[in-house]
Amino acid sequence: MNTSSLLLLLLILGLLSYYLGRKQSLAVSNGNRGRQRLHSLPDYHGYLVAVWCLLPALVVLLCWNLFNAPLITHAVSNSLPPEVHAVSSVNAELVMGNVKRLVDTRSIATETDPVQKAAAEKYLALLAFSKMARTVVILALAIGGFLYGWRQINPQLRARQQVEQVIRWGMILCASIAIITTLGIILSVLFESIRFFQAVPVHEFLFGTHWSPQTAIRADQVGGSGSFGAIPLFIGTLLISAIALLVAVPLGLMAAIYLSEYASPRLRNITKPALEVLAGIPTVVYGFFAALTVAPFIRDAGGLFGLNVASESALAAGLVMGVMLIPFMSSLSDDVINAVPQAMRDGSYGMGATKSETIRQVIIPAALPGIVGAFLLAASRAIGETMIVVMAAGLSARLTINPLEAVTTVTVQIVTLLTGDQEFDSPKTLAAFALGLTLFILTLVLNILALHIVRKYREQYE
Amino acid sequence: MSKTTEIVKAGLARRYARERRFRLFGLSAIIISMLFLATLLFTIFNQGISGFSQTFIKLDVVLSEDLLGVGPGATETQLRSANFAAAINQSLYTLFPEVSGRSDKRNLRKLVSANAQYRLMGLVIDDPDLLGRTYSGWFLADDDIDTYIKGHVDRSVPEAGRRITDQTLGWIDRLEAEARLEKRFNTEFFTNNDSREPEQAGILSALAGSFYTMLVTLLLSFPIGVAAAIYLEEFAPKNNWFVDLIEVNINNLAAVPSIVFGLLGLAVFIQFFGVPRSTPLVGGLVLTLMTLPTIIIASRAALKAVPPSIREAAFGMGASRVQTVFHHTLPLAMPGILTGTIIGMAQALGETAPLLMIGMIAFILNTPEGITDPATVLPVQVYLWSDSPERAFTEKTSAAIIVLLGFLVLMNLLAVLFRKKFERRW
Repeated sequence: MNTSSLLLLLLILGLLSYYLGRKQSLAVSNGNRGRQRLHSLPDYHGYLVAVWCLLPALVVLLCWNLFNAPLITHAVSNSLPPEVHAVSSVNAELVMGNVKRLVDTRSIATETDPVQKAAAEKYLALLAFSKMARTVVILALAIGGFLYGWRQINPQLRARQQVEQVIRWGMILCASIAIITTLGIILSVLFESIRFFQAVPVHEFLFGTHWSPQTAIRADQVGGSGSFGAIPLFIGTLLISAIALLVAVPLGLMAAIYLSEYASPRLRNITKPALEVLAGIPTVVYGFFAALTVAPFIRDAGGLFGLNVASESALAAGLVMGVMLIPFMSSLSDDVINAVPQAMRDGSYGMGATKSETIRQVIIPAALPGIVGAFLLAASRAIGETMIVVMAAGLSARLTINPLEAVTTVTVQIVTLLTGDQEFDSPKTLAAFALGLTLFILTLVLNILALHIVRKYREQYE
Repeated sequence: MSKTTEIVKAGLARRYARERRFRLFGLSAIIISMLFLATLLFTIFNQGISGFSQTFIKLDVVLSEDLLGVGPGATETQLRSANFAAAINQSLYTLFPEVSGRSDKRNLRKLVSANAQYRLMGLVIDDPDLLGRTYSGWFLADDDIDTYIKGHVDRSVPEAGRRITDQTLGWIDRLEAEARLEKRFNTEFFTNNDSREPEQAGILSALAGSFYTMLVTLLLSFPIGVAAAIYLEEFAPKNNWFVDLIEVNINNLAAVPSIVFGLLGLAVFIQFFGVPRSTPLVGGLVLTLMTLPTIIIASRAALKAVPPSIREAAFGMGASRVQTVFHHTLPLAMPGILTGTIIGMAQALGETAPLLMIGMIAFILNTPEGITDPATVLPVQVYLWSDSPERAFTEKTSAAIIVLLGFLVLMNLLAVLFRKKFERRW
């Protein structure tokens, strides 16, 4: 039985056991003519039986599905003749890849290599066996769980407490997914990065100035130098982010100040939703706009002044990214400006200050930690932004800080390294994970720093 | 007048000028932002509107036995192998009897899009009575002709500089004079899958892929997010290191670049757990992890807004903590939670980068029919088309963007309506 029909069956079993458990609890209490009343409501007895029926079965089903493929692959790989492993570990993986392809495309009969054919047949047999065993085990667990829960029912059973415990632990598990996700990110990126750094030394990656990830397959190939110096990528990322922040910070901050201090309610009612629209536009749309409209415009405008602007200039990507960040910056600054108490403004006006003087000398200093935090968060976003730069920035790594030239960024390289045809073990693919690790650490530091500044330097006015 | 007053008075004009300047800066910041928005939307709509219409050519196709190779009363299998291409070509030769020579004829055949024969086949299979008669109907024109009809080709450019030859232009003029060329609303844009031919390319497969991906995301992220929010807001002990760790992680995950989630999906879901690549299942899993922080934060805010008196009343009636939350707090917080969920889903719908990592950029020719079929999603389709060199794909890209934005606007409107209708001030 496949997973979805198994799930459907379990759902029916669960409903049935809820119904039967509820009925049984009523039967048990009525037997004593109400003298021995139930501790919990009949509903809770029903829920408890359903939990006994479903929970073990679902947990086993989940684990089974998660570890099915890896375990079978492992078993088949171990059963390969020793001479396959003797060549190299990569060879065994290649053979396994082929075996999987044979199984997926159902072309075992046409395979000529006896080793691979045998392995594929074994793989298929294991798969079929696992599927059957799964159905049997899951159904046995569900029915056994139901019977156990059903026999537990008696008037003294504290069914409500037990059900509430299950709910509570379920919620704790859901909340922990955040931790598991972070762990998953760190581990997945870290392990592949460590494998990468075994091939390429760390200092060469961090301080090398030449980036060309094409590795040669044969030693005599030209152009396949495979050097992984990431400095040009870092410079490119910083250049584009800096341009974006130069656009977003003044515009976003001034827009927030104007909206919260000067604007009439009518203007605010129009502008705020419009800014939200700007924030809701997918980045791929910004990327399309940058590549198709802004970049040619800048190139032509540069041409008028006799400047030679690349058609994938850093300026175009940075400018559009800045526009994308305006609503982010303005909504964050809006919050911190509104948090400054009215009494401080009134005090300043009372001293005869004009509105702009109040803003510059009272409100901004008071809101500064929040504004710096917003700036850092915007910077972290700019560094991690992908689609705009993938579509509008260049691919070739060039070490320059001229905004009119094409540069490439960390995220662009991750995408190009991983979307081509990939072998999972080549340094080229692993380099993407090393870049991902750098990106993750960089944005993590910026985020933590932002939160820390906001918390530590926030003035408490109440 | 005292001396201080004099000093103040002397500076007043300067200070007021500064005030006006500052105000102007603020206003111009807003105007510039709005101008960007307007330019962006105008550019996209301006290019995209024409993507919804397509040029069609009217052909009189003679469905005769000697052209098709099958006669009246043919079975469906026979019809499927019949030579409908010949019938289409013949109808073109009849329109332009003077064209001779192999290369000229080949150019002439190129006027009509390559899928005309399949459309004709479908028509005949639906209505076998057509056999032996002449069918006159509208067929998709090639994308070069479409581009010309939409006015993107400059006739004054020398022939070598444009994609469309003088000979073809002459044919087009004749067709136009005979009212055999027409721009019509292109329903195939919504009913076709992706194609290498711009005039045949449609967004159906991308829409289906987006639908399945969003389904997985919603089914996973909504219950998990709400459960996590309830725990953190209603049950979690204060000053507990584990709870603090969870909160720090949620806040941090909300700011992790989306592409890193793609790396996670590639390394953990695909490489380790063997979830099939390019499927809505793995896409939905990755997007779930991305949307969870949004949903959790919004749900917590909604739960926090329910006044404590509600909980205390329930406690006073003897309800347990779980009963209080599920019978009273959660239903009252639901509108806020749903609003947050819709906004999270809108973000997920527009997300592109992590899906590139897990292989959802495949060229999909079949409409996915489940969560384990290879699929692509709408924003990735936009990305794919924007990479295509043909001019005709530009308007397709914009048209797809309009559809995408339409969905996003719809979802946001829904969220706003929800908030308006069910929001309660306590």
